[in-house]
Amino acid sequence: MAQMTMIQAITDAMRNELKNDEKVLVFGEDVGQNGGVFRATEGLQKEFGEDRVFDTPLAESGIGGLASGLSVTGFRSVMEIQFFGFVFETFDAIAAQMARIRYRSGGVYNAPVTIRSPFGGGVKTPELHADSLEGLMAQSPGLKVVIPSSPYDAKGLLISAIRDNDPVVFLEHMKLYRSFREEVPEEEYTLPLGKAEVKREGSDITIVTYGAMVHASLKAAEALEKDGISAEVIDLRTVSPIDIETIIQSVEKTNRAIVVQEAQKQAGIAASVVAEINERAILSLEAPVLRVTAPDTVFPFASAEDVWLPNHKDVVAKAKQVIEF
Amino acid sequence: MEKTKELQQIEDQFQTFQILDEEGKIVNEEAMPELSDEEMKELMTRMVYTRIWDQRAISLNRQGRLGFYAPVAGQEASMIGSQFALETQDWILPGYRDIPQIHYHGVPLDQAFLWSRGHFMGGQMPEGVRVMMPQIIIGAQITQTAGVAMGLKKNKEDAVAITYTGDGGASQGDFYEGMNFAGAFNSPAIFVVQNNRFAISVPVEKQSAARTIAQKAVAAGIHGVQVDGMDILAVYAATKEARKRGLEDNGPTLIETLTYRYGPHTMAGDDPTRYRTSDEDDAWEKKDPLVRFRKFLESKDLWTEEEEEKIVEQAKEDIKAAIKKADGAPKQKVTDLIGNMGEDLPANLKEQLEYYKEKESK
Repeated sequence: MAQMTMIQAITDAMRNELKNDEKVLVFGEDVGQNGGVFRATEGLQKEFGEDRVFDTPLAESGIGGLASGLSVTGFRSVMEIQFFGFVFETFDAIAAQMARIRYRSGGVYNAPVTIRSPFGGGVKTPELHADSLEGLMAQSPGLKVVIPSSPYDAKGLLISAIRDNDPVVFLEHMKLYRSFREEVPEEEYTLPLGKAEVKREGSDITIVTYGAMVHASLKAAEALEKDGISAEVIDLRTVSPIDIETIIQSVEKTNRAIVVQEAQKQAGIAASVVAEINERAILSLEAPVLRVTAPDTVFPFASAEDVWLPNHKDVVAKAKQVIEF
Repeated sequence: MEKTKELQQIEDQFQTFQILDEEGKIVNEEAMPELSDEEMKELMTRMVYTRIWDQRAISLNRQGRLGFYAPVAGQEASMIGSQFALETQDWILPGYRDIPQIHYHGVPLDQAFLWSRGHFMGGQMPEGVRVMMPQIIIGAQITQTAGVAMGLKKNKEDAVAITYTGDGGASQGDFYEGMNFAGAFNSPAIFVVQNNRFAISVPVEKQSAARTIAQKAVAAGIHGVQVDGMDILAVYAATKEARKRGLEDNGPTLIETLTYRYGPHTMAGDDPTRYRTSDEDDAWEKKDPLVRFRKFLESKDLWTEEEEEKIVEQAKEDIKAAIKKADGAPKQKVTDLIGNMGEDLPANLKEQLEYYKEKESK
């Protein structure tokens, strides 16, 4: 076992798959010689050659089209969108093209593409770098959307994403890249896509969350514990498709739930979770399911970020509101 | 706009490549491609067949028996000539009008009809037929072509990827991105722009300040050529050369073919009289690809009216049979579509599949 940061675990997963399957290609802007702007592809071009790990021209739509085209000639692409705010440039290539190849060809072709991209607030980037746009992706049929919250999960989930025979959007929260290390096996392992993890067991309330908000929620759970409230924290890990079963099991036990996301309230995942709970477990509920989210503005300019982003205090307050309902 | 001398010099280099003039005379003997008499007859056969197919398709559409259809009459030389230069192992990434090319690359007529009707089996390309589903988003196929061409090169295959778009498509960002990627990676790609003068209704003059579309290759640093798109010999020769260039690792090629669509943009209500004059239609019909190639073949005693009549009859029979076959395709079900959403269905789709199984069993 080695102590790894999330970025190291991600590099390790790509190295593993480049070794494991000669059809795996890694490409994007600055991923070659430079090793990526966050060093996610550090050393990979040197190890596997320019034929397998390469820089592309600066054009996100072109990168998406390249991945789709490579798919029908037998390649498995791991394409990087340098920051996920740039996804609008390649939205057609992802949501309208590679997500539909299997459907449009009646199952004859498929697109085994992993779209890796950094996102997430708290690191004071310029505009259109940090936005939580997973809701847009999750609403696009044919895409899986994965968001790891730890180095261990990142490696196992990324290997699964690369091996998946359909497109997977793999979003890496920038704040988590180097914020902590944990034990990550050097050998390969996979974690199932579409499967949530109960990060902390509890009996009074369920907190459903993902990405960096897993950590805010765990911190909130500790605070709640001191006030005698036992919170269960579920890390979705995959936000599309959502692991409804795990959520429902928990809610049937705790009878109360909140959903915590860094994205704006109007943007997707939490709303889906609330709707699923309503449809499947409303008779188990003692209180309405509430959401902790960012407000429905454009992602803020850097100097307002700290206030704009939800934090553990917001989670505690919302949990208490549900408990006291 | 007054163009600078430097720009003028670039534009002047793009003169229209022609072999066969409107009268069916060879005007560029040294560019004449190596084609046997049989091959030339095959080119004519395919153009005649495609013209009849187009007429039948329009009529079937009006009877409500076909679905989506984008007419091709006028563009036969551009379509048939470029595809004829390909080999089976080459990939075609078509736009929605480019159905004749994919048919001659191996997609059966009845399947093309199923695609028109919006049936998923229309997109199920037969084993070994290297064709992508006709693209609806203008330009999306162009960046994908850079990917297919890169893949072919990585696989060390003796093959190229060719894609088709129109003059409107050349305004898309993806057009430039696709050419630029293929150039940067030196991939064996061919980008064909069938400049039929109108993107639905907007004339090519309003698409760009560039005098030609072919010159846009210069910006990507790749070879570009403008071809008389009503001259099947010129289109064939230009594509053949582009293919050779790609296979010899000398990069991609942009081919602009100057052509015209006689009919409407699609059969979904477009009325060309709103944006072009009958004088313009007449002028282009004088350049007709079938007329001139027929004259040429007749001058070489390679073509007779009887032969052509036989092809017309054959086309009509084939189309009738293909429509009948398409009629016999299983009724399309939502459950089939759900099954094609991914290799493994997640819980939500499994649940929805059950619902539609039940709904469709009634």
